[in-house]
Amino acid sequence: MLHVRVRAALVTALTASALTACSLAGGGGDDAPSATESASSGATQAGGTVVLATHESFALPKKLVRDFEEGTGYSLEVRAAGDAGTLATKLSLTADNPIADAAFGIDNTFASRPLGEGAFDEVTTTTTPPEEYALAEGGDRLVPVDSASVCVNVDTAWFEREGIEPPRTLADLTDPAYADLFVTPGASTSSPGMAFFLATVAEHGDGWRDYWTDLLANGAKVVDGWEDAYYGDFTAASETGTRPVVVSYDSSPAFTVEGGRTTTEALLDTCFRQVEYAGVLAGADNPDGAAALVDWMLSDEVQSALPESMYVFPVMPGATVPDDWARFAPQPTEPYEVSPEEIAANREQWLTEWTDVVSR
Amino acid sequence: MRRIAGLLLLAAGPVLVLGVLFVLPVTGMVAEGFFVDGRFAPGAVLEVLARPRVHRVAWFTVWTSGAATLFSVVLGLPAAYALHRLALPGRAAVRAALLVPFVLPTVVVGVAFRQLLGEGGPLGFLDLDGTPVAIVCGLVFFNVAVVVRTVGVAWESLDPRPGQAAAALGASPWQVLRTVTLPALRPAIVGAASIVFLFCATAFGIVLTLGGVRYATVETEIYLLTTTIFDLQAAAALSVLQIVVVVGLLALAARLRATPDPTAHRTATPARAVRRGDAPVVVATLLVLGAMLLPILTLVAGSLTVGDGWGLDNYRALTTAGDNQALLVPVTSALVTSLRTAVDATWMALLVGVVVSLVVTRRSHSVAERRVRSTLDGFFMLPLGVSAVTLGFGFLITLDQPPLDLRDSALLVPMAQALVALPLVVRTLTPVLGGIDDRQRQAAASLGASAWRTLLTVDLPVVWKPMLAASGFAFAASLGEFGATSFLARDDDPTLPVVIFRLIGHPGEMNYGMALAASVVLAAATAAVMVAVERLRVPGVGAF
Repeated sequence: MLHVRVRAALVTALTASALTACSLAGGGGDDAPSATESASSGATQAGGTVVLATHESFALPKKLVRDFEEGTGYSLEVRAAGDAGTLATKLSLTADNPIADAAFGIDNTFASRPLGEGAFDEVTTTTTPPEEYALAEGGDRLVPVDSASVCVNVDTAWFEREGIEPPRTLADLTDPAYADLFVTPGASTSSPGMAFFLATVAEHGDGWRDYWTDLLANGAKVVDGWEDAYYGDFTAASETGTRPVVVSYDSSPAFTVEGGRTTTEALLDTCFRQVEYAGVLAGADNPDGAAALVDWMLSDEVQSALPESMYVFPVMPGATVPDDWARFAPQPTEPYEVSPEEIAANREQWLTEWTDVVSR
Repeated sequence: MRRIAGLLLLAAGPVLVLGVLFVLPVTGMVAEGFFVDGRFAPGAVLEVLARPRVHRVAWFTVWTSGAATLFSVVLGLPAAYALHRLALPGRAAVRAALLVPFVLPTVVVGVAFRQLLGEGGPLGFLDLDGTPVAIVCGLVFFNVAVVVRTVGVAWESLDPRPGQAAAALGASPWQVLRTVTLPALRPAIVGAASIVFLFCATAFGIVLTLGGVRYATVETEIYLLTTTIFDLQAAAALSVLQIVVVVGLLALAARLRATPDPTAHRTATPARAVRRGDAPVVVATLLVLGAMLLPILTLVAGSLTVGDGWGLDNYRALTTAGDNQALLVPVTSALVTSLRTAVDATWMALLVGVVVSLVVTRRSHSVAERRVRSTLDGFFMLPLGVSAVTLGFGFLITLDQPPLDLRDSALLVPMAQALVALPLVVRTLTPVLGGIDDRQRQAAASLGASAWRTLLTVDLPVVWKPMLAASGFAFAASLGEFGATSFLARDDDPTLPVVIFRLIGHPGEMNYGMALAASVVLAAATAAVMVAVERLRVPGVGAF
């Protein structure tokens, strides 16, 4: 009996020590040096660390980040967490004690919230992005970095097989010829869903309720997120999908290329343009570093990396886009627009009414 | 009075931890809603509670969670018996496998369920996609394991003799079950049920994915109100409502749980051979297993699909950054981060959980003392019943000043995960500790044993196995945790669920397949860890 107990205790002790060796706290071996390393390198260079708050889709090649650090003397620390809405809420709630020095990823549907809470300071950049992306209010604080349009996408291969002309406009989606073929993420739960909803608002004004009623009567399906709609229901992306019309992005056709041609198409007359902004946070520990970071986001290198890293289009005219994008993902020339002020004033009301219409 | 003082002293550590990591953040976030422009304005918050939509949301939460809890218990009990009392071949592996759903990222399970139930799926003819039935199925899928584990461990250490005596006196197996076994198991069953209910009531991803946007629970509503609409008053109102309901439920559960019979001897009963009479239980267990396997098989099949054929390409891609550089960190290193984080979360949860369990299960000598103990017991369950969104944002706005500037700490993620796992640890340990006859401790003490010595010789031998089970549970919970992690994690060191979410959110031919493959890896890693925990249960320990 005693023997068994001793053995058990030994097993526990060994396991415990083995486990602590590979924990974050106990096995700090990997972490500790890198922390001190970055601290000491920060000390030798004048700049120190610059912290960037962003959303979970943020990604840039490591080589570019190294170039930034070597070129400016700042070391970059990225803190990405949550989606665009979560980021906007985080920045708004911490406006008096910011969680970072700079922020990237606030878009035109959420910009009014952190701006209203005073989360951003004024910033001047060495290069000026095109005027068309600038915010009417807060343009001195938020700098446009990229844009992506949310458009209705169709599975062209499916429509060819069935011998039906694909839809072209928002109005077509309520045509009985396209009954039960359309799926969209919800406006209340997903950022592309919200963008598509705003497109319908831009098209119909207060008449959007009737449009949505017709849309649902025509068998439109509303799911939670873009992933659900695209991978769960869209015929071009899902094994079991049954719906060849989906709300996605203008860049999506560049990802469905097979044998030199794409099997999907974005309907360019149905698009709502989302623009993502960067800015310096009010009360930042390192405002100079933050300003340098915003400048860097507008550089040709970063701008040209945006399509492959974050699936968005650059705003600077000097940037290059990949061949596939140039060939298969044309951008809309006249996207739908709703001003951030109007969105800010109506967001709650719209979403509440939209939820009522959809859950009926 | 002196005993109560001693009790409070012992409890001070865990209470402090929970105060800082839970009460402070939640209060801070709720206060955001109660204060408008610096003025206390509770009126607007209370008005929110009168909205018809709030009533609909609250009722939907209560009935779906209640139904899911009921089904989890009904389905979990036979499996708990079969897997913990019968010498079924391969039962250790099955027990480990049962925990797999528990760690799968909800977004992935959601997609798997929708592939199964959706219009074109194999079960599409049932027309369940986007219905409350689908939500309840999803909740049961995630939570059956909690019942099997918690009740199974208690069942294992249940003295079989009272049941045998009843049978000898002519009771039918059904009568034995109803009059002897179930009453003895009641604390464990009620404990498991209350945990499952709390898990269901605060389930987030699965409700969003399976219910579409038509159905909202309190939890999803708080998320929408906070992040999308930024109506902090309404969010605060719902948070307060949630806390009030949870406290009420915990009080009810504490009553139902009652004090176990102090004369019940805890023994480790060796599993007995399967007899013909066990057929119904075994069949029921197999059915539950089958139902659980269906979505998992859908997942595995998806991960092995390459174009129109089969292949391992998705798995080979796990060391890469994905299609179009979707990832900054390959899946393999995210797995390492996940495992290390889980180790930290496990020891933290175990450390606090053991102290809490000891405090709340010691025999009370007065009504006041019992009150203090049961209040403490409920207090540590609270994190399960409160919105992760409220807690997450609360972290940001309250723990931002020295000496408590935790926002940038590397240990923040494990701490948050430990908080999630803590109630699981407590609920696994308390029924076992509560079953120890206090007279043994008194005997030890009267023979001159110190408090430590008593703990080592009386409590530890009994609680050792359940502690392993609890640590396995905490480990699994941490591995699969996504909500708090995605909110707090830093970009340079993502955990596996975070990476999976990232993959599934990025277009690209391989990324979706990689997300499925990574989910299978996460599931396999969990199962492997659980098998190891099962192995570690040295036979004979626990008997005395």
